[in-house]
Amino acid sequence: MTTELLIWLIPLPPVLAFFLIVLLTNKNKALSHTIAVGAALLSWLGSMIVFVQALGVEHLGEHPLGGEPINWLPLGESVDTYFKIGVLVDPLSAVTLFFVAWTVLMIFLYSVGYHNFGQPVGDHDHPGLPPHGATVEEHGHQRSSPVGKHVVPSIEPMYSRFFAFIGLFAFGMFVLVLSDNLLTLFVGWEIMGLCSYLLIGFWYAKPSARDAAIKAFITTRIGDVFMLLGIAYLYSATGTLSFREIFTEGILHTLATVPSGVLGLSAAGLIGLLLFIGTIGKSAQFPLHVWLPDAMEGPTPVSAMIHAATMVSAGVYMVIRMFPLISLDPTTMAVVAFIGAFTALFAATIAVAQNDIKRVLAYSTISQLGFMIAALGIGAYVAAVFHLVTHAFFKALLFLGSGSVIHGMEHGVLHTGNHKVDPQDMFNMGGLRRKMPITFWTFLIGGFALSGFPIITAGFWSKDEILADAFGHGHTAVFVTLAVAAFLTAFYTMRQITLTFLGEARTKEAEHAQETPWTMTLPLVILAFFAVTYGWVGIPEHFPALGGLVPNWFHEFVGGTLAEHPEAVEFSVWPLLTSLFVALGGLTFGWLVYRNVNSAAEDRLQIPVLKNKYYFDEIYDRVFVKPAYWFAEAVIYKFMDQSVIDGILHIFGPVTDRLGSAIRNYFDLPVINRFFGDGSANVTYWFGGKLRAVQTGRIQQYLMLALVVFIGIGAALYFFLLA
Amino acid sequence: MNFIDTHLLSLILFVPALAAVIILFLPNGENKLFHWFTLGASLIPFVLSLVVWFRFDATQSGFQFEEAYVWYEAIGSSFHLGVDGLSLTMVLLTTLLTPLAILASFSISDRVKAYMMLFLFLETGMLGVFMALDLLIFFVFWEVGLVPMFFLINQWGSANRNYASMKFLIYTMGGSLGLLLAIQMLGVLFGHFDLVRLYEGWNSLDPTKTLLGLPVSTVKAIAFWAFTIAFAVKVPVWPFHTWLPDAHTEAPTAGSMILAGVLLKLGAYGFLRLILPLYPNEARIFAGALAVLATAAIVFGAFAAYAQTDFKRLVAYSSVNHMGFVVLGIAAAAFAAGTNDATIALNGAILQMFNHGLSAAGMFFLVGVIYERTHTRDLGKFGGLFPLVPVYGGILIFTSMASLGLPGLNGFISEFLVVRGAWPILPIYTAISMLGLLFTGAYILKGIKQVLHGPLNEHWARGEHKLTEINTREILVMVPLMALILWIGIWPAWILNVINNAVVKLF
Amino acid sequence: MNFPVLSVITFTPMVAAVLILLLPAQRKNEARAVALAAATFALILSLWTYFNYDQAAAGYQFVEKYNWLPVLGISLHFGVDGISMPLVLLTGVVMFTGVLISWGDDHPHVMAGIQDRPREFFAFLFILASGVLGVFVSLDLFMLFFFYEIAVFPMYLLIVIWGWIETREYAAMKLTLYLFIGSVVSLVGVLVMYWIQYQNTGLLSFDMLQMEQAGFSQTFQNIWFLPVFFGFAVLGGIWPFHNWSPDGHVAAPTAVSMFHAGVLMKLGAFAALRVGIMLLPQGAQTWSWLIMAFAAIAVVYGAYIAFVQMDFKYMVGFSSVSHMGLVMLGFSTLNQQGLLGSGVQMFSHGVMTALFFAVVGMIYDRAHTRQIPELGGINKIMPFATIGFIIGGLVSMGMPGFSGFVAEFPIFMGVWGRQWLVAVIASISIVITAAYIMRNIRQVFFGELPEKFEGHLTDVTVLDKVAIAVLCFFMVVIGLFPRFMVPMVQTGVENILRLLGGQ
Repeated sequence: MTTELLIWLIPLPPVLAFFLIVLLTNKNKALSHTIAVGAALLSWLGSMIVFVQALGVEHLGEHPLGGEPINWLPLGESVDTYFKIGVLVDPLSAVTLFFVAWTVLMIFLYSVGYHNFGQPVGDHDHPGLPPHGATVEEHGHQRSSPVGKHVVPSIEPMYSRFFAFIGLFAFGMFVLVLSDNLLTLFVGWEIMGLCSYLLIGFWYAKPSARDAAIKAFITTRIGDVFMLLGIAYLYSATGTLSFREIFTEGILHTLATVPSGVLGLSAAGLIGLLLFIGTIGKSAQFPLHVWLPDAMEGPTPVSAMIHAATMVSAGVYMVIRMFPLISLDPTTMAVVAFIGAFTALFAATIAVAQNDIKRVLAYSTISQLGFMIAALGIGAYVAAVFHLVTHAFFKALLFLGSGSVIHGMEHGVLHTGNHKVDPQDMFNMGGLRRKMPITFWTFLIGGFALSGFPIITAGFWSKDEILADAFGHGHTAVFVTLAVAAFLTAFYTMRQITLTFLGEARTKEAEHAQETPWTMTLPLVILAFFAVTYGWVGIPEHFPALGGLVPNWFHEFVGGTLAEHPEAVEFSVWPLLTSLFVALGGLTFGWLVYRNVNSAAEDRLQIPVLKNKYYFDEIYDRVFVKPAYWFAEAVIYKFMDQSVIDGILHIFGPVTDRLGSAIRNYFDLPVINRFFGDGSANVTYWFGGKLRAVQTGRIQQYLMLALVVFIGIGAALYFFLLA
Repeated sequence: MNFIDTHLLSLILFVPALAAVIILFLPNGENKLFHWFTLGASLIPFVLSLVVWFRFDATQSGFQFEEAYVWYEAIGSSFHLGVDGLSLTMVLLTTLLTPLAILASFSISDRVKAYMMLFLFLETGMLGVFMALDLLIFFVFWEVGLVPMFFLINQWGSANRNYASMKFLIYTMGGSLGLLLAIQMLGVLFGHFDLVRLYEGWNSLDPTKTLLGLPVSTVKAIAFWAFTIAFAVKVPVWPFHTWLPDAHTEAPTAGSMILAGVLLKLGAYGFLRLILPLYPNEARIFAGALAVLATAAIVFGAFAAYAQTDFKRLVAYSSVNHMGFVVLGIAAAAFAAGTNDATIALNGAILQMFNHGLSAAGMFFLVGVIYERTHTRDLGKFGGLFPLVPVYGGILIFTSMASLGLPGLNGFISEFLVVRGAWPILPIYTAISMLGLLFTGAYILKGIKQVLHGPLNEHWARGEHKLTEINTREILVMVPLMALILWIGIWPAWILNVINNAVVKLF
Repeated sequence: MNFPVLSVITFTPMVAAVLILLLPAQRKNEARAVALAAATFALILSLWTYFNYDQAAAGYQFVEKYNWLPVLGISLHFGVDGISMPLVLLTGVVMFTGVLISWGDDHPHVMAGIQDRPREFFAFLFILASGVLGVFVSLDLFMLFFFYEIAVFPMYLLIVIWGWIETREYAAMKLTLYLFIGSVVSLVGVLVMYWIQYQNTGLLSFDMLQMEQAGFSQTFQNIWFLPVFFGFAVLGGIWPFHNWSPDGHVAAPTAVSMFHAGVLMKLGAFAALRVGIMLLPQGAQTWSWLIMAFAAIAVVYGAYIAFVQMDFKYMVGFSSVSHMGLVMLGFSTLNQQGLLGSGVQMFSHGVMTALFFAVVGMIYDRAHTRQIPELGGINKIMPFATIGFIIGGLVSMGMPGFSGFVAEFPIFMGVWGRQWLVAVIASISIVITAAYIMRNIRQVFFGELPEKFEGHLTDVTVLDKVAIAVLCFFMVVIGLFPRFMVPMVQTGVENILRLLGGQ
């Protein structure tokens, strides 16, 4: 099997799994998850093979794998105007493929345990709601009558459906990564959008989940329509959407020079901007960030993890992919950098005030994506990719970890039966490190990676590189912003760890929390491994001591994607010191502040404006949502259609009616009828009366008239003939 | 056999009518018999049109399978049939949707005989419009289609049917009055109605001459608008659209399927078959106006749909929104005829016609399915039905996504092509219509949310209101639609190839 | 062609009438039988003639000529051309169906058909029929008048004796006076023509084929066209002399209304064409604008009034004013399409309106009301009649696929050729017609059946169904296959065009 064919085949297993499960096996839970996980495994295998082969190729950047594209849309006169689609594996997609394959596989595996496979069916669970647990009878040691009942987690009622959905999701992600053109990339992009909608709304009976799903879909769709415009623009400007053809000297040059006529941007600038708006939506950047935190309504944490660790990366992946185009216009780059940096800080400030373990991570995701975008905006291509990859690993780890924590907490909740306690509120936790050691250690690793704990964690290297680039290329503002954001990151991460794992249990539920099954912990361990080691492939050359021990493979490899290879920024000590300071400082500060905070009340950072996310939801609701509905309902439908347009139509009927009766009553009857008709009739009656010598009926009268006529005729003839 | 080969089109056209006549002589009250006979009868044209589809040579230009018979020599009209890629696509759509609609109306039990006859006559009427190569024949079938639909709405419709059916009939007839007059004028000018010859004759008129005491250009402009209004009412283009929500909402399920699936296409087809070839200059001049209306249809249609509380009305307005894209594509093509962008826009428009036929028919059918069970269309009364009818829910979501234009399903490709084609020609309108695209998402999700999602709906959950799952027959109606939706979404080349060739040859 | 088919057709009803009158009064059924036999015979003969008319040869065929009063050049000269042939057929059809629906059954509370003195009724009806046929086939002006009077004369009695009690005397008188005055006016004109012809050519003849060559001067034609044309056109219900007709329709018994609207009005139009336009072509060209104006007014005017009528029969009555207006409109164009359309329209409208009145009569006989708001749900009781009326309705709104479209379309084309504005104005009537036809179909046939009718109404009889079927048959056949009639009319039209362009 050729590599090309293999690349084509990678996305297929999950989508086949989707159809299989939906159409055939949805009744059989075990079979369904076997199919799904098997499919993920196949794709993973394929991806690994392709990845390895990609590593083997010299100058992969110039000679990407993928082979000939095929005609998809026959358009225009000749085959060369047809729209072709194909697959493409260059360094960028290779490294993305690597982490996507891993994380996807991990999700699939994790879901088995998370949805309580093997547990009894719930007492009164029904589809559309999270399982409430099942009562089982507990047998004492001696086989006697049951000594008591207790509640254990119950299996998800829509277990199979879940695997179908994530199967489809994986398909979307693979399509996105492997596409060689923007259109099929968009296809994968939107399919993931659909899946996120379906998965956030997985427990559709929960109104909150239902609304969150719609919010996510619509918010991202705002970005998508702009992106679609960008695609259309790019397509009509260059006549192609294939990356191979767009990123060539000639086309890029024309795009850079042709003015778009909007805001004085070049065509490239406008296209880049439009596409970037798509990213803003997908990667939940300011101001379209509002959907991501709500997305945590989905089944914890798998769908959340899908959104946070994988799908949102798609947005970043796309801008990185389009970097050669976007970087053509300084204005666009400035916008990108600003949005990124601003979001990074802005989200971080919100994160410090959240108590929901998942929401903290959600905001940190937004913030980290901001880092990548900012990096891209300042031209730090490799750094952005690097952070994208490392972040994917450790953020996946964190989400799965948090899921594991919540799962443990739910166990406790079921044990005590006190459903008032929110298993996601960090202030209900504490001291979990003893209950759930594996989760704790892996989470710790993830957390440190997120905070950029020096040397060992991957997060350090990637974030450090971003800061170094910002510093090195003299983007001081960006540098400072990101530094502050990084500090906050470390701070709230440590806050989270402290509140969750350290100290003593604050609730009975926390005391009865339990470590989760291997299907959940194994993925944690594997991801933790990458969260640490992946950083070492990107150690800068000139890094003190370590530099050069391992060649900066990542920079070489990924850098090869670009036409002109970006040279690594020369080493400077300041960014290094900064990142050391922010990471360590943030961590220690966080620990100092929170080690003996025992309730939300004592938390001095519970500032309303932060807690309420700067009131963005409220503002959007007032400014956009409600007015839109009012406009649709009152203005368009009630007023314009029903009053104005129909009103005009309804005039015609009555008018015809009036006109008709007017003609009949004011002309036909009086004038024609009475005057002509009856008038003459009366005359004749009179005439007839005169002739009524012989009293008879009107028949005679008529005959008389007829007679007169014939006499008349006769007379006339006679006259004419004899004259 | 040879006869069949030489008369394929007339067979496709008249088999339904013939069947209708036969039904007339079947014994009364045999509902089952009527159902199955009609279904069988409507399958024959489908099979035949498949034959045509596969024998059709997309690469050669001009019309194929032509047939011409003497019809009305005295005024120079002949019964001239023929198809090219454009009409063939529509013929296929019609012959595909009719059997499905008939299968969908197996639940009809009131005066089945009349119902089925009307349906078959309707099919003949619609097919005739798509096949006609003679302006007069075109008009004949154009009008003939109205009558069965009027009675279908008026007799088998729901509460407000009288108003809706009258509005539908009078509005459409009034709209086509101009068309009638313009056709008469063309007949007087040329002494024949043959489209192919009219294309040249009409365009080669010396613009400096005068006709009927008016400059040729003026006459053409008037005639252009006469045609345009007739078709705009049918499409319908904003602001001529208000008959549509009423008619669709009141019509019986199968009626709405055909209305949305095929009847609306007649208007768009008229634009493509008559206006663009006959009035290239006028079309270019007035393309801006047309684009404005199209954009209005897209945006306002989406908003209006978003405002609905009646499920069927919501879907009805979605048709306004989707057909808007067809018109936008046409306007763009009219504006920049001949360019590659125009070609793409037209490809998009025509494919969109086909796609909307599939998804809209599906949506209306699904609305009908739930309406038959609950006897309400009020979104407020639904909600939380998903656990009760998971299969139905799945199908509904799938179809809704097609109508939303989700990539991977058919709607996306056509909408993308329209946007792509229109962007370089009419950037502003295209950009504005994106707002419509956004709200398409909004109202589709609103529909799903208010029907399926939410806490389990106790009212429909048990008791005499117990909501029953979609049954096999109904699933059978949806399967072909969904299959095509997916197929076109993944591999559109098979149909786009035919369309594209037609477009390249035609414009 | 030695068998005198035309005279046979013409005099069959006359003979039948005499036979019927000879029967004893109480033998109702025999009377009916004879009537039906005669009608069938006439219909078959007219069909035979229709299909044996040689369209290739065109011109006047089946010609018969017997001297009658040679001194004055009056002869019994029969012959049909493409214009009159369809009308002969029409008369046959209407006569046949008219007999069928007036058959009358003896159902307790249904007053369908004619129970009261059917003998006299059929006798008069057939005399009327004879007159009509005579006019259509006569090629001799005097004979034409002779039959014309014969046709008009029984109308009076039929309405007065068997008509609607409320208005029959008024309506009958009015009708008679209109037609009578009209005929007198045109008669004077004809006599003048006769005399001038004598002046010009020195030969005394009422023979129209002769008169075509009489070479009337332009001024003469201009002066005398108006009286001749309008004198006849009154019977054709031309605006503003249309008013006798709705009242007459309403007052007359069903069969008579059918004859009246179906045939008699064609009589007027036909005579106006034959005598007015064909003998005085230049006059026609001079005055065509006036006719066109009147006709256009009639078309819209009739439609508007029909739209507001609450009385079913009045509605139909005014709709025929509107449709006869179209016939006149076609005449006024004096071009090929227009005249062709009028030719077909005369037949189409004849059949259609006959059907209308038949159905209205059936309903009235049973429901005893014609007030549209009081009716409803008829289709539950008489589905067959419903279908019939719907088809008729579609014809009258010019729906393609039915004879109405085949007729109206060329008329409008003809008008386009003359004056596009008129076409635009007249076309309004199409929509209005559609509106009131559909509204009434909805109300009368599909609305709620008033409970006062529950059980009182019965379905139409078999004979009625046959009648309806026959009428519908022609409308659909012509609609689908214009070839059935158009080429025939075409031949007649060419003859007229020859005369028009002949000078």
